[in-house]
Amino acid sequence: MADITATTATKPEVWSTTTANPRGPKPRQIFSGRNIAIYGTLMIVSIYYLLPLWVMVTTSLKHMDEIRQGNVFGPPLNMTFQYWVRAWSEACTGINCDGLSRGFWNSVRILIPSVIVSISVASISGYAIANWRFKGSETFFAILLIGAFIPYQVMLYPIVLLLKALGDGLTGVGNWIDWINLSMGLGLPEIPKIQVYGTLWGLVIVHTIFGMPILTLLFRNYFVSLPEELFKAARVDGAGFWRIFTRIMMPMSLPIFVVAIILQVTGIWNDFLFGVIYTKPAIYPMTVQLNNIVNSVQGVKEYNVNMAATLLTGLVPLIIYFISGKLFVRGIAAGAVKG
Amino acid sequence: MAVIDQGGVKPASTRSTRRPSPLFRNLSSKIASIPMVFVALVIFVGCSIWTVTYSFTNSGLLPRLDWVGLDQYTRLWGERRWLVSIKNLAMFGGLSLVLSLVIGFTLAALLDQKIKFENTFRSIFLYPFALSFIVTGLAWQWILNPEFGVQNLVRSLGWEGFVFDPLNNPDTVVFGILIAGIWQGSGLIMCIMLAGLRGIDEDIWKATRVDGIGTVKTYIVVIIPMMRPVFITALVLIASGIVKVYDLVVAQTSGGPGISSQMPAMFVMDKMFGAQNLGLGFAASTMMLVSVAIILIPWAYLEFGGKKRG
Repeated sequence: MADITATTATKPEVWSTTTANPRGPKPRQIFSGRNIAIYGTLMIVSIYYLLPLWVMVTTSLKHMDEIRQGNVFGPPLNMTFQYWVRAWSEACTGINCDGLSRGFWNSVRILIPSVIVSISVASISGYAIANWRFKGSETFFAILLIGAFIPYQVMLYPIVLLLKALGDGLTGVGNWIDWINLSMGLGLPEIPKIQVYGTLWGLVIVHTIFGMPILTLLFRNYFVSLPEELFKAARVDGAGFWRIFTRIMMPMSLPIFVVAIILQVTGIWNDFLFGVIYTKPAIYPMTVQLNNIVNSVQGVKEYNVNMAATLLTGLVPLIIYFISGKLFVRGIAAGAVKG
Repeated sequence: MAVIDQGGVKPASTRSTRRPSPLFRNLSSKIASIPMVFVALVIFVGCSIWTVTYSFTNSGLLPRLDWVGLDQYTRLWGERRWLVSIKNLAMFGGLSLVLSLVIGFTLAALLDQKIKFENTFRSIFLYPFALSFIVTGLAWQWILNPEFGVQNLVRSLGWEGFVFDPLNNPDTVVFGILIAGIWQGSGLIMCIMLAGLRGIDEDIWKATRVDGIGTVKTYIVVIIPMMRPVFITALVLIASGIVKVYDLVVAQTSGGPGISSQMPAMFVMDKMFGAQNLGLGFAASTMMLVSVAIILIPWAYLEFGGKKRG
């Protein structure tokens, strides 16, 4: 994205130097037919893009009577925030009526370890491929990138089996430690049966796996673009793999870490598919709970509560989007390269 | 290898002549790459092969290696729900491909006219992309609601007979989903197109102006052919996203009314995790894999075939 801003910034100079005189930008009529057409089209299109946000906000602030009488596009007459509170703390999914707050905190609990683990693993992989290539590393990387195009549905079920096997394996190790503990009388507490599938950590693993291609690509491209002399100088000074990474590469790559965080936070927050498959109802992420609240068939539909809940779920990525601005665009541009 | 050889060989040759075993050279890097290698080989390659293999068995509740040849595929293509979902995907896919490209390019071209408030407009067009498909689907479900939404608005303006209820009509439900899908995804395409347009040399524009070619004609005759790689990237991006479409439909219509807005990804999910008909689910997901391969292989061949670079 940086090159785009660069070209726009240099455009006027190009004009003035190559066309010598007259200097300065060509004076433009503000209300020319061309401008009216351009701005008119852009504004009409903007309505299409802004409409859902407007409707969500206004509906969530209206009372049900007002919604039934008027249309959804008008502004709220008696503004109230009570439905936001209702959506947050009282909305029902099935028999649970403790609101969307549960989903929100579940999402937060899923998000934090997933972002940390996926970015750590991918940044180290990207660093290894960029600076410490070994025989076959490029091949594995190519497979990883091609794999990003495989529909998730192809891999969902085998991953369920792998996660179950991992749980069984860890339980086996636990049993073994228990046995040593008992036979040697160490007095350690007994290790309970470990499950990975259906738990938060299973989902963290899945997010790490599927975040891998794009994140590794992102980090690899960034590390490749860093000046090679730095790496060489550190090598000559006797720094090893980990030392160069933590002391030189990481401090220099703060922007790309921010891009990766933005990418992962929005991606994981918005995930629905993995949440449905790899977790149980008690730890469903916010998107899944939202869908269950709004699309439940039982009871009277409270559209204002539904829209408040929808907005609440969309709020986190929206805030990130509007704060991060150009970095978000950079993140999705990197995503675009991957596909 | 270049990096390491330049940095590592020189001091090594002065210090000692003995080289360590090649397996242990660069050991830290190999250890650090274990997760990547695992994901590439076990998940992407291994799990795909596993699913394809088990699609030739009659696995029901649990996977088992009881070979039935192509039976699952015959059943799959005889099932009405699958055929409906393929038809929906083709319609949704074809239309959203064309519309995304047209809308994305048009918006990018408009934003590229050195206008004021470019950043504002860009933010407006792109913000839906930050939202999840669930939020998108629910928002549009509400706007398209016949009792309260667009239909109600137009009727209240005096046009009593106006009908606009795409989500409850089996014939038009795909278009209702399309409106939401385009809303969510076209901003991304606009961004890619804008980056492409910014990459085009200003001299080209000057040359066409000197030759007296109109702006619109320049775009169609000169600029679009020049942006072929950008279009192909966008095309691959949209196409591989379309095959996966799932959340949006779940939120907006749950596949209904009836089965009229089913999509292949939904079919797979229901067979694997709902109906406990694993074999059929594997066969359907294999078909999804095949369709992605059909899209990707020609692209990869065009893009990387000649240059030999990945």
